Amino acid sequence: MRVPISWLREYVDLPPEVSARDVADTLIQAGLEVETVDQAGADITGPLVVGRVLEFTEETHKNGKTIRWCSVDVGDEHNIDRSDEGAASPSRGIVCGARNFSVGDLVVVSLPGAVLPGGFEISARKTYGHVSDGMICSVRELGIGDDHSGILVLDAGEGEPGDDAAPILHLRDDVLDIAVTPDRGYCLSIRGVAREAAIAYGLPLRDPAGAHQVAEDPGDDGSHPVRTDDAARCPVFVARTVTGFDPAAPSPRWLQRRVQLAGMRPISLAVDITNYVMLELGQPIHGYDRDLLQGPIVVRRAREGEKLTTLDGVARTLDEDDLLITDDSGPIGLAGVMGGGTTELGDATTSVVIEAANFEATGIARTARRHKLPSEASRRFERGVDPALPVVAATRVAELLVELGGATLEPGVTMVGAVPTPPAIELDAQLPSRIVGVEYADDEVRGLLTAIGCEVTEPATGRLSVVPPTWRPDLTDPFDLVEEVARLHGYNAVPSVLPTAPAGRGYTAVQRVRRRVERAVAAAGYVEAPSYPFVGEAEFDALGIPADDDRRRAVRLANPISDEQPLLRTTLLPGLLATLRRNVGRGTTDVAVFESGLVFRLPPGEDAPSVPPRLPVDRRPTDEELAALEAAVPNQPRRIAVALAGDREPAGWWGPGQPASWADAIQAGRVVAEAAGVELRVEKDDHAPWHPGRCAALYAGDALVGHAGELHPRVVKALGLPERTAVMEIELDRLPTTDEPVPAPDVSTYPVATQDVALVVDESVPAAAVQAALADGAGGLLESVRLFDVYSGAQVGEGRKSLAYALRFRAPDRTLTVEETTAARDSAVAEAQRRTGAVLRGGS
Amino acid sequence: MSAPNKHYDPVEVTPLHPDEVARMRDEALAAVAGAADLDQLKQVRLAHVGDRSPLALANREIGALPPQARKEAGQRVGAARREVTEAIEARGQVLEAERDERVLVEESVDVTLPWDRVPRGARHPLTTIQERVGDVFVAMGWEVAEGPEVEAEWLNFDALNIGPDHPARTMQDTFFVESEDSGLVLRTHTSPVQARTMLTRKPPIYVVCPGRTFRTDELDATHTPVFSQVEGLAVDEGITMAHLKGTLDHFASAMFGEGITTRLRPSYFPFTEPSAEMDLQCFVCRGASVGNPDRPCRTCSSEGWIEWGGCGVVNPRVLVACGVDPDRYTGFAFGMGLERTLMFRHGIEDMHDMVEGDVRFAAAFGMEV
Repeated sequence: MRVPISWLREYVDLPPEVSARDVADTLIQAGLEVETVDQAGADITGPLVVGRVLEFTEETHKNGKTIRWCSVDVGDEHNIDRSDEGAASPSRGIVCGARNFSVGDLVVVSLPGAVLPGGFEISARKTYGHVSDGMICSVRELGIGDDHSGILVLDAGEGEPGDDAAPILHLRDDVLDIAVTPDRGYCLSIRGVAREAAIAYGLPLRDPAGAHQVAEDPGDDGSHPVRTDDAARCPVFVARTVTGFDPAAPSPRWLQRRVQLAGMRPISLAVDITNYVMLELGQPIHGYDRDLLQGPIVVRRAREGEKLTTLDGVARTLDEDDLLITDDSGPIGLAGVMGGGTTELGDATTSVVIEAANFEATGIARTARRHKLPSEASRRFERGVDPALPVVAATRVAELLVELGGATLEPGVTMVGAVPTPPAIELDAQLPSRIVGVEYADDEVRGLLTAIGCEVTEPATGRLSVVPPTWRPDLTDPFDLVEEVARLHGYNAVPSVLPTAPAGRGYTAVQRVRRRVERAVAAAGYVEAPSYPFVGEAEFDALGIPADDDRRRAVRLANPISDEQPLLRTTLLPGLLATLRRNVGRGTTDVAVFESGLVFRLPPGEDAPSVPPRLPVDRRPTDEELAALEAAVPNQPRRIAVALAGDREPAGWWGPGQPASWADAIQAGRVVAEAAGVELRVEKDDHAPWHPGRCAALYAGDALVGHAGELHPRVVKALGLPERTAVMEIELDRLPTTDEPVPAPDVSTYPVATQDVALVVDESVPAAAVQAALADGAGGLLESVRLFDVYSGAQVGEGRKSLAYALRFRAPDRTLTVEETTAARDSAVAEAQRRTGAVLRGGS
Repeated sequence: MSAPNKHYDPVEVTPLHPDEVARMRDEALAAVAGAADLDQLKQVRLAHVGDRSPLALANREIGALPPQARKEAGQRVGAARREVTEAIEARGQVLEAERDERVLVEESVDVTLPWDRVPRGARHPLTTIQERVGDVFVAMGWEVAEGPEVEAEWLNFDALNIGPDHPARTMQDTFFVESEDSGLVLRTHTSPVQARTMLTRKPPIYVVCPGRTFRTDELDATHTPVFSQVEGLAVDEGITMAHLKGTLDHFASAMFGEGITTRLRPSYFPFTEPSAEMDLQCFVCRGASVGNPDRPCRTCSSEGWIEWGGCGVVNPRVLVACGVDPDRYTGFAFGMGLERTLMFRHGIEDMHDMVEGDVRFAAAFGMEV
């Protein structure tokens, strides 16, 4: 809502020294979001005066353009003696390209030194063979309208040559731009904002609605026949009629300027008046050309298949929920949203039926949304319009049509329905103090509520009965009244008191694990890069995920940002790989990134989530109802994934770099598991999108928790990734978390005994299996086993490899003998042999 | 070894003559002094105190002397040998020290050489700011609550007093799971976690809920369809707006510096009543830039305050829907955008940096913010 301060001052006697900025700050404290204070007309500086055209000669120039060389009387202060030129003098000589004026007309002249909107500086300049000593301005050049078809010609009597033109044009004003919150629909009017200003400054309000009050209940005398078939959606409908309107009557300058400053376009006198009254009072008005109306006006719901072409020229198919204004011809308007073209006020309109009605808010909101048609009217109805206004506003419009358009007011008033009285709210006078934490005296509570227009009675001491004013449909609950008291008294009065929470339990085990894991992965050299969760089928294709893979069954959005990505991710890899590619594209060729985030999974076997029940809000849903709701929410486990490419370790003075590889990705999985306090088991696997020979399945106990390794070369190619890009993904929620204390180890101080063994196995035997066998076979004396070399070559035979392990033995209570360690080693080797066919290298 | 000589004539046993012993000693001492390094000293040791050295050989001759002469000659030779051995020891220590010093000099390295063999990782500031917020509140005894990102419409809207016709519930703002009647949305705020918490816990409740949220905005310099919020909720007996203000002031000073406070302005949210917009005192200029053109402040545009979030007293309708007795308990809630918080806290100028995953961005923030 844009509020010109001059308009506001008509209804509140703000002291002259109060600036627009002051008003804005005060209104902000009262809860109106004043976003800006615009200084309209401030972009025009320097001499802008009224001039009278004394004479002109028309000259057609070589470029085919005809100009007028004018002598303009711009007042004693600015005129110069031009008698030596043989011109009408004293005056200024000005070249003008427009021809819509005559000798004797009053015009607006910007003289040298003036600056017009857009930083357009006026100076005496040579043009078309003359020195043009100023400019005769058009409406558009002055920034007060769109018209540039000719210059602005003032009416006789609007001023004298040399007068400052700014006040005549109502050029300068400060305009508050207010973002009105949904609960304050009444502030979509000057009247409403003036009311807030009056309360805030403690000044009386001259209610513009009060000035046009008609008899309490005018009754329905059928000015124009109206019937409403849906009283719930249209509780009040008022019509008044004027005749003899002069469609050629101009819209006065002040009216146009106010409508314009308030953010609307001046159109014609009749339309400007309806807009003016809407801005003034907040009541949307619609005017019908009575001669185009066929029969009575009927307010009803749309019927299936009905169509209406609205004023914006769009033919709309109506929904049965849409409320319509109709006549015998069918729909003539979308009630409370936009009128239709067939009964529009036009150049020939002389009789006007003025509609001022009240429509139910949510119905208007639905229609405006359905037809994507937010209008000035729907914006107001959606937030609630004062139902007492229609008769006032219709009369105000009629009076202006009479006053400015020479019309005659028909005596009757059509009034269908009745103004509802808002129900009383019972309020404990101490509730505001209890909720806000500020002591408000009962008197103050009563006073503040009365100030906003409530009728307050006190049926019992301390118990108030509060009837809100008709323009405050948002006030329904005691807490609504608490807010009114708090904001009018001032939020600044609220003290700062830190509440004492009971002793808390800190972070949960899951939260602590997540933090540890993410820190560990970052410490291992990966940079966190969260990505959007939106994916598309094409990404699954590029990853080579099979058609029947569960990861393809994804939650689908009804209104995705991009039609290419209508699905929610079931794996973090698409987003992470896009991030990796973007980094490489920006020159970071050695890159290691990770993401920790939720993925979205459909229930097994389903292609869409089930629909949760619609639960009540007037009570807590039952546990069964909540369980049904919960069951419909898709499973959203947390995963962590890494991706890396280029060099894992850069080349340096220490030697060549170490390329990122499948091994790094699997190690990242181990880092995750270790941080989570979980032992990870690695097994060979073949799983998209990994390289079938370089893919590890990661297990915690018997549970598959993720995969790691190098990407399939086809995936690398399809996604445009660096060669050998490696990735790991683990579902964190599948890692067991425990708060059980870790049992302490025995730290033996007896000497260690080491034994190295080299075992030859088939190439296909996983090292992890050999190691596990060694560990199991070595018995309790084994302290650690570590693979320190892998060798394959002629010495061990084709298709075979040699794995060299260092075994360390130690006893908690004694120094081990050679016989003991040898026996343990032999037992380890025997187990390896039994399980994997390992043969001790060299046969010893 | 010679047999004992009964006919003693010390002159005949030349090596034992005092002059001869002194000569051998002096010769040895000169050799010791002349040894330039430990290797030479080793040679000197062999030559002058070894088994074949002149003094060792002279020592053997002692047995050839008559018994009455042996003592004196033995003492003479012993003293000379001792003197030489001590000299070798002393020289050895000097030479070792010299060698050690030389080796340490030779082993010195350029300690400024890089050793960045494992590249530096980092966490994203959007994650670490959530942790920081959590730490501030956990320190006060609050807990961190979380919820799903695909959320039941009832929890995202209805339970929070956002009715079916509320403008926020349109496809222009909210991502709906297909179809629009699915009853599921991508949560538009972290507030459903409030509802979940009240539905599953009994008051007193003090929780913060950080997390990802979604609205159908296109990505530009200040908007992103996927963003983050943190929400706070306290439900207890006797909770007032003053407790809200106190909590926000504490939060502000914990995040932005001692003494930084907040300011409340009346506003509207369906789930709070009374509702307020919350401004943060500018932590850069602390208001000094207001009306002071010589000291403009970029962080607050010289307004002295920065819009930070929304808050208010929990609407009793929300308490009712979530099973909390509104006659016994009151509550407050607040919420703010974390991208925006990071933007003004760290001077981040473009949302793209926050969402594109360029490693150079996150790397600048390290492991914590």
